[in-house]
Amino acid sequence: MDAASILIQMLNSLQYGLLLFLVASGLTLVFGIMGIINLAHGSFYMIGAYLAFAISSATGSLFMAILLGIPLALAFGAFLEWALFSHLYKRDHLEQVLLTYGLILIFEEVRSLLLGDEVHGVEIPAIFSASIPLSDVLSYPVYRLVISVVCIVLVVALYYLIQRTRLGMMIRAGNHDRTMVEALGININVIYRFVFALGVALAALAGMLAAPISSVFPNMGSHVLIISFVIVVIGGIGSVSGALLAALIVGFADTFGKVLIPEYSGMVVYLVMAVVLLWRPEGIFKKG
Amino acid sequence: MTDASRNEALLVADKITRRFGGLVANQDVALTLERGKLHALLGPNGAGKSTCINMLSGDLPPSDGRILYQGRDITGLSAAERSRVGIGRSYQRTNIFPKFTVLENVRLAAQSRRQQPWRIFSQAMKLQWSIDKAMACIAEAGLAGNEGRLAGVMSHGAQRQLEIAMVLATDAQVLLLDEPLAGMGSEESAKVVEVLKRLRETRAILLVEHDMDAVFAVADTITVMVNGQVLESGPPAQIKASVAVQEAYLGQEDSFHV
Amino acid sequence: MNTTVSMAFKLAVFASLAAVPLLGESFYTELLAKTLVLAIFAMSLDLLVGFTGLVSFGHAAYFGVAAYAAALLSPEYEAANLWLVFPAAVGAAMLVAFVVGLFVLRTKGIYFIMVTLAFAQLAYFVFHDTALGGGSDGIYVNVKPSAELAGFQPFNLDNPEHLYYFVLAMLVLVYVFLARILQSPFGRVLVGIKSNEHRMQSLGYITFRYKLAAFALAGGLAGVAGFLYAVLFGFVTPELLSWHHSGNVLLTVILGGMGNLLGAVAGAFAFTAMQEVFGSWTKHWQLLMGCVIVAAVLFLPGGLSAIPGRIKRTLQGDSTHD
Repeated sequence: MDAASILIQMLNSLQYGLLLFLVASGLTLVFGIMGIINLAHGSFYMIGAYLAFAISSATGSLFMAILLGIPLALAFGAFLEWALFSHLYKRDHLEQVLLTYGLILIFEEVRSLLLGDEVHGVEIPAIFSASIPLSDVLSYPVYRLVISVVCIVLVVALYYLIQRTRLGMMIRAGNHDRTMVEALGININVIYRFVFALGVALAALAGMLAAPISSVFPNMGSHVLIISFVIVVIGGIGSVSGALLAALIVGFADTFGKVLIPEYSGMVVYLVMAVVLLWRPEGIFKKG
Repeated sequence: MTDASRNEALLVADKITRRFGGLVANQDVALTLERGKLHALLGPNGAGKSTCINMLSGDLPPSDGRILYQGRDITGLSAAERSRVGIGRSYQRTNIFPKFTVLENVRLAAQSRRQQPWRIFSQAMKLQWSIDKAMACIAEAGLAGNEGRLAGVMSHGAQRQLEIAMVLATDAQVLLLDEPLAGMGSEESAKVVEVLKRLRETRAILLVEHDMDAVFAVADTITVMVNGQVLESGPPAQIKASVAVQEAYLGQEDSFHV
Repeated sequence: MNTTVSMAFKLAVFASLAAVPLLGESFYTELLAKTLVLAIFAMSLDLLVGFTGLVSFGHAAYFGVAAYAAALLSPEYEAANLWLVFPAAVGAAMLVAFVVGLFVLRTKGIYFIMVTLAFAQLAYFVFHDTALGGGSDGIYVNVKPSAELAGFQPFNLDNPEHLYYFVLAMLVLVYVFLARILQSPFGRVLVGIKSNEHRMQSLGYITFRYKLAAFALAGGLAGVAGFLYAVLFGFVTPELLSWHHSGNVLLTVILGGMGNLLGAVAGAFAFTAMQEVFGSWTKHWQLLMGCVIVAAVLFLPGGLSAIPGRIKRTLQGDSTHD
């Protein structure tokens, strides 16, 4: 590989890893803070992508789709937490697995009923449709850079939220000791609802951003879900910084795997996980 | 048994230390458990007694120091491996198999001494030696007649006795008993104290207990811990007379009545 | 008394299953054979979920590995020898489960669920992405294995009735095998691990080894189901290893009530019935299935297993669970 194509693959890895982080961060927060395993988390990614498709084909604008989609996803997340997940906190993991598995079936079928089973494309917004030339034949699409920039902004915002705000302090406290949070007179239910809605919105946003480059298709959520599980396992449950590092590792492993050993690329990520399991069974950022 | 073997030092904690992050839960704790002796560990809540017993049983690795069993360094052994060399423990919170019968609880403990995992077609309830062993241990712990009862529905006191029976069934030479009398009525606890006296004859016992009357009635040696360190260690009379111990306990919740 | 009732119940179930081909409806015979394969698969998972307390979300991998082994070990236009290819397929599933177990059993709880799923996905990609088993299109078992043994052919798997009885016989064998194991010292340790693994360790059990043995054994038995599936349908695709398949078998176990071998069989019937009934109403039958699952978890606190357990206790005093 020459320098230009290596640069392209590096940028692709970064962009893919950051996008995965958006999905995995919500998953790991919900695991860490509420102790819930949510198999339906990948569906939020799928729902985001289909929202982007539906709204942008109605309005002709992906911006409009994202602008409308984020509040919709937040509201949907808050509703789900209220209607379903709040009943799961004290339950067995097995029951959580079961209910969220049932949800996947429901989401996929409702998607099929409303929007069909075809593969759809979403147009890249005109102002980002250009490409930056890197060599005589190679160029890099601006839209992918935009995705990376948006994700980096969100990573910083998330870091600020968790490390620097009062809400973040409550989230961190809840992550370690929920009785302490309750002792401070803070309503833990409000925090749970917010964190869950935030996770849903981040996953949906990832789906919306990815829609123009990955296209929109049935079951697109399940692959992302399982990759997100791998990220959470590598990073350590409940650790947002672990999820970031793990997402980038996975992004690079997957992207370069596809270039270097295309036939085995599907397996690379899982082999990385296997190595981490041997080395640190509870993830790189094991909580003390 | 000769006098020498009676006073054989079975388990020695050689300056064990445990840190949790910046917090030092146990610092340079030294203990010796001898065969034929009951060693009691006292201290106010939070003094580090549980951390200490967890290090001895292998549930918690020490940050520093060594643990010796019959002179052999066992610091690196897991809880399961320590059980197999002869260290048994009971837990502060009752830790049994509530849905099994008393017999099956103890039988499973006995079976651990002769593990034959490849024997997947023989019937467990036909392993006569494990049943005989279990029956004997149940009797030794004072629970004879309860073999068929479901462990989970027995009284709290009886469950503590069951824990002792389980430890006995593992042939443990060293018994680490974490508050075996907690929550017992005086009649029950008097019964268990008798059991402890009998068990001490041939084994080494570490007893963590809040019931002062019981401790002073059975202990040969008492170690008092405060703030993760050994404050005083010696025969009961020495502990009773110790000014340092008196001071440490003054104003404590479970104050020291002697 | 209770054992007599229980035995009579089992014999009655067996007799009615054995009588089905006599109806002469090949559709039902095939549907039932498919259900029995699911029942074997569910029993194998129950050994982990219901008896050892290991919630594996990747059990389809071992089913699929054996199914692929059956396909790959069969010559293209000739019958393979059943007595060679069957144990080989089961052995392959067991071996893969053993190796995966070395990794996944280092984790617990939520991690275990995720990691078993991830390893199953790895196996899925092995068959989906490489040319090993025909890629995403799958592979055919053109000719069913021959049961010939030293010139004598006790039965012929080409005959649908023979095949059905072969599957039924395997179901009974797997049931007896598991019931036997659960009564053994080994089985008691597994149930002890489910009840309180920490206590088992402090009693001196190296629980990892027992869990690994159970994991490999369950993988091998899932392989029995996978092999039968390949023979029954003559067609193997990567979807057999997919996480939907893992999810469905877990659902089957829970439907039937965990920690109860006959319950797993009942769960297989309930699952197939739901699939058939909902499927006859709409092509979006999974929507109804999903709603049933969600409603069941929400409105039956303590789990679905409470219901069959209650019914079971009324029907019989079985002692297969603790």
